[in-house]
Amino acid sequence: MATDVISESGAKSDFWQGVRLSMPVVVASAPFAVLFGALAVDQGFSVLEAFLMSALIYGGASQMVGIQLFGQHVAPWLIVLSIFAVNFRHVLYSAGIGRRIAHWPVIQQALGYFILTDPQYAVAEARAQSGQTVGFAWYLGLGLPVYLFWIVESALGAVFGKLIPDTHALGIDFLLPIYFLGLVMGFRKRPLWLPVVIASGCASIVAYKTVGSPWHVSIGAIAGVLLAVILPPHHSGVGERP
Amino acid sequence: MSTTFWIIIAGAIATYLTRIGGHLVISRFENIHPRVEAGLNAVPAAVLTTLVAPELLNAGPAEWAALVVTAVVSLRGGLMAMFLAGAAVLILARQFVG
Repeated sequence: MATDVISESGAKSDFWQGVRLSMPVVVASAPFAVLFGALAVDQGFSVLEAFLMSALIYGGASQMVGIQLFGQHVAPWLIVLSIFAVNFRHVLYSAGIGRRIAHWPVIQQALGYFILTDPQYAVAEARAQSGQTVGFAWYLGLGLPVYLFWIVESALGAVFGKLIPDTHALGIDFLLPIYFLGLVMGFRKRPLWLPVVIASGCASIVAYKTVGSPWHVSIGAIAGVLLAVILPPHHSGVGERP
Repeated sequence: MSTTFWIIIAGAIATYLTRIGGHLVISRFENIHPRVEAGLNAVPAAVLTTLVAPELLNAGPAEWAALVVTAVVSLRGGLMAMFLAGAAVLILARQFVG
């Protein structure tokens, strides 16, 4: 009994610890949710469709690409393929976080992967790296507020979209790069951080100029990861296993 | 059902496959090779960098100022501190340089 109470209150405090960490993500993603809703309606989506897209896909950049192509009357299969291409980086997150949450029940894992976004991965991976366990309660505390705010703000953006004032003056279009730069800096103590950042940065810029968006994301990411794989293991701080 | 609806459903399935796919593939291997592990460790920096780098091509003085301040603040402060500092610099700088 006593241990039950302790583990339950432990899970509760883990959950709220996750919620606290989710707040910067909620704030950072809010403008994009509202912007997405407003743009979606502008491109011919209904409020319900904008809401559904946020609730079911839950990936900001891919949703933006999706509605943009929809507005240009691109073939449906190409829109789905583009959404897949933008989100392809999640394969890498999935492989990485799988090591950390393998001890969860399967249903919890299935749910955990559904809310595996960029910041969710980054914050969970940082926790695992600091030697702490990534528990389900903590992970849900981190992800649930972001998800709920995301879908509600998307719908609000769709309803009130045309009331957004000058988005450029408010810097809304550039908040995402600022946020992602902060996440990149957070990983700076990892071995090979600078070479990987340089390789990915250069490859993504070249790909952006040649192949075009959204493929620069996958191409740039693969370049950085390949560099870490190709360099001898002693550079990457990963010991040879016996 | 409208075409839009089916695009959303198919996009959702495609997205979920990317989120669970990496795990399903990797979990089939019992021992992870050190080089694979090194590759996995490089994932966050590699992916997140690609979301920032192309933005530099179109960045003006206001955007550069915001990114530099963000990077400097992130050396000492937390995620929220650096985000607010970067956003504040961006909004302020855009009032002057547009």
